[in-house]
Amino acid sequence: MPKIEINRERCKGCGLCVLYCPKSCIKQGASVNGKGVFPVMFADKSKACTGCSFCAIICPDTCIEVYK
Amino acid sequence: MAKKILMCGNEVLAEAAIIAGCRFYAGYPITPQNELPAYMSKRMPEVGGIFIQAESEISAINMVFGASLRGARAMTSSSSPGISLKQEGISYLAGCELPALIVNIMRGGPGLGNIAPSQSDYFQATRGGGHGDYRQIVLAPASLQEIADLTMLSFDLADKYRTPVMILGDGILGQMMEPVELASRLETQDSRQKKDWILDGCKGRKPRIIRSLLLGKGELEELNNRLQRRYKEIKDKEVRCEILYGDDSDVMLVAYGTTSRICSNVVKDLRARGKKVGLVRPVSLWPFPEKQLKELAERVKSFLVVEMSCGQMIEDVKLSIECKRPVHFYGRSGGEVPAEDEIIREVEKIA
Amino acid sequence: MRKVFSKPNSMKDTVTHYCPGCGHGIVHRIICEVIDELGIREKVIGIAPVGCAVLAYDYWDFDVTEAAHGRVPAVATGIKRVNPENIVFGYQGDGDLAAIGTAETVHAANRGENITIIFVNNAVYGMTGGQMAPTTILNQKTSTTPLGRDRKTHGFPLKVCELLSVLPGVSYAERVSVHSPAHVLKAKKAIKKSFQNQIDGFDFSVVEVLSPCPTYLGMTPEKAVKWIDETMSKVYPLGRFKDRGKE
Repeated sequence: MPKIEINRERCKGCGLCVLYCPKSCIKQGASVNGKGVFPVMFADKSKACTGCSFCAIICPDTCIEVYK
Repeated sequence: MAKKILMCGNEVLAEAAIIAGCRFYAGYPITPQNELPAYMSKRMPEVGGIFIQAESEISAINMVFGASLRGARAMTSSSSPGISLKQEGISYLAGCELPALIVNIMRGGPGLGNIAPSQSDYFQATRGGGHGDYRQIVLAPASLQEIADLTMLSFDLADKYRTPVMILGDGILGQMMEPVELASRLETQDSRQKKDWILDGCKGRKPRIIRSLLLGKGELEELNNRLQRRYKEIKDKEVRCEILYGDDSDVMLVAYGTTSRICSNVVKDLRARGKKVGLVRPVSLWPFPEKQLKELAERVKSFLVVEMSCGQMIEDVKLSIECKRPVHFYGRSGGEVPAEDEIIREVEKIA
Repeated sequence: MRKVFSKPNSMKDTVTHYCPGCGHGIVHRIICEVIDELGIREKVIGIAPVGCAVLAYDYWDFDVTEAAHGRVPAVATGIKRVNPENIVFGYQGDGDLAAIGTAETVHAANRGENITIIFVNNAVYGMTGGQMAPTTILNQKTSTTPLGRDRKTHGFPLKVCELLSVLPGVSYAERVSVHSPAHVLKAKKAIKKSFQNQIDGFDFSVVEVLSPCPTYLGMTPEKAVKWIDETMSKVYPLGRFKDRGKE
């Protein structure tokens, strides 16, 4: 099952991955990280992630690793 | 015995640079130093070097910055207004601890001034010129043989201390012709140090960064402290000056470059008439021969500083002797050269 | 399960100083991906500009220097001429390349220097606090055009790719964007080509990258990418302006 791993501490919470995920697998998180921002989280309840990597490609902070 | 050749000063400087291993020249034309880039444009391709006529003095000094950080012996040349444009680049060379030779064949100023010889960039050259707490070694030749010798030396000094070095000449030195011996100086190429700090691609080593932006707490002060330690070493080891009749003179002339040649004739004439006159000729303007002048101030009654400016080096003379003796001044500016009889009249007024 | 996307080797682990949603991080990364893919990390010398990207050397894991403001193409010229075996690229913002460094840019391009220039155009000055850039579009508000850029007072947005592509020394000029994943992939392709051109000795290559600056556009990251898509890329049309290959 494809999945992504998000480095919570690197994430600045810009949300571009949320915007561009074609399967809506990523959402804005509810808890703050060490930077005081809300990092995004992988929330793929319906196992919809295809490993397309759009999220990692648009991420300005290289926070996302993609597994397939 | 190497044979002597006849060339103009600008060409001598260019050939000496090539003998010293300079393989990169970038510059922008400006009178009275145009023979230098013209010579380089012909010679550099013959020795596998690079000549670039840049779009501006600013671009030229930054090309030299790039060539230097890549490990080349690199130089640029210009004249007063063009040197003003290079000041930003020289400050960056100093901040990044990069060696380079900058040649200023001075002309009259301020502004566009004129194209006649002058010595009015002394402050700019010896005080750093650009922004920040830096110095550059400044060498002032007075003959074409000395242009050759100091050009070769300047590349060694630049590499040794990782600093920009300036040769400060004037339009007369650039244009005049004298016999010069060049070939015996090939050994300077062997004195080149291995540069283990250049950027050449990180093959087999950790990547390197060459920069002058230091934002971390204390980083910039650390750089400045390191530079100041180096400047102190330069002041201790690299002072060069020539003294005529230092032992028994009442009046000491102080002059460099072209004016020192006129002053040495003055000394000869006055000595023939029994006058006790001598000459101090600083060869390195920075570091300035402070100790030599201070010692002379113990014996000499007064000093007469002669410059093709409205009075710039005179400040260093006063500082060096801590105002223990009167320091007089005679200068001509705007491209006018002090004549021998004018200087003699000044000496006679004092003595 | 196989890892199909991770940080390129030529990029350090350091977290960047850029604001959330800033495009510089994307451009930095795709340059590193290209360098890894071409296997040129040990030959590359990068030149950081003055501007937000001045600290690029904190993020790139290869030899990097930093030029005085606008002088990147002159420094690149010096490095490349001394050793043509090195792969030399300059990274410049809109102030560095298109304002203070216009002369260096035009003349390095016109000499056909065999170098690569990555030009990040975000239509505003970031590091100094949101002032007008030469590429600020008409009516765009910045801290020095509080009523919007007015052509009578401030002139027109400068179109760098259009300007450079007419010079015979320029082999390749393309404008790309990093405002969506598809555009990032195209941008990477263009950047890869600009490096390959240099390896092949094709003279001057420039890739202009439209990049979001949410902070000084005064927008959320989401609105900033939308602004590039709907407004900025209409003023600066994407596409290849020149691809002449070897001369």
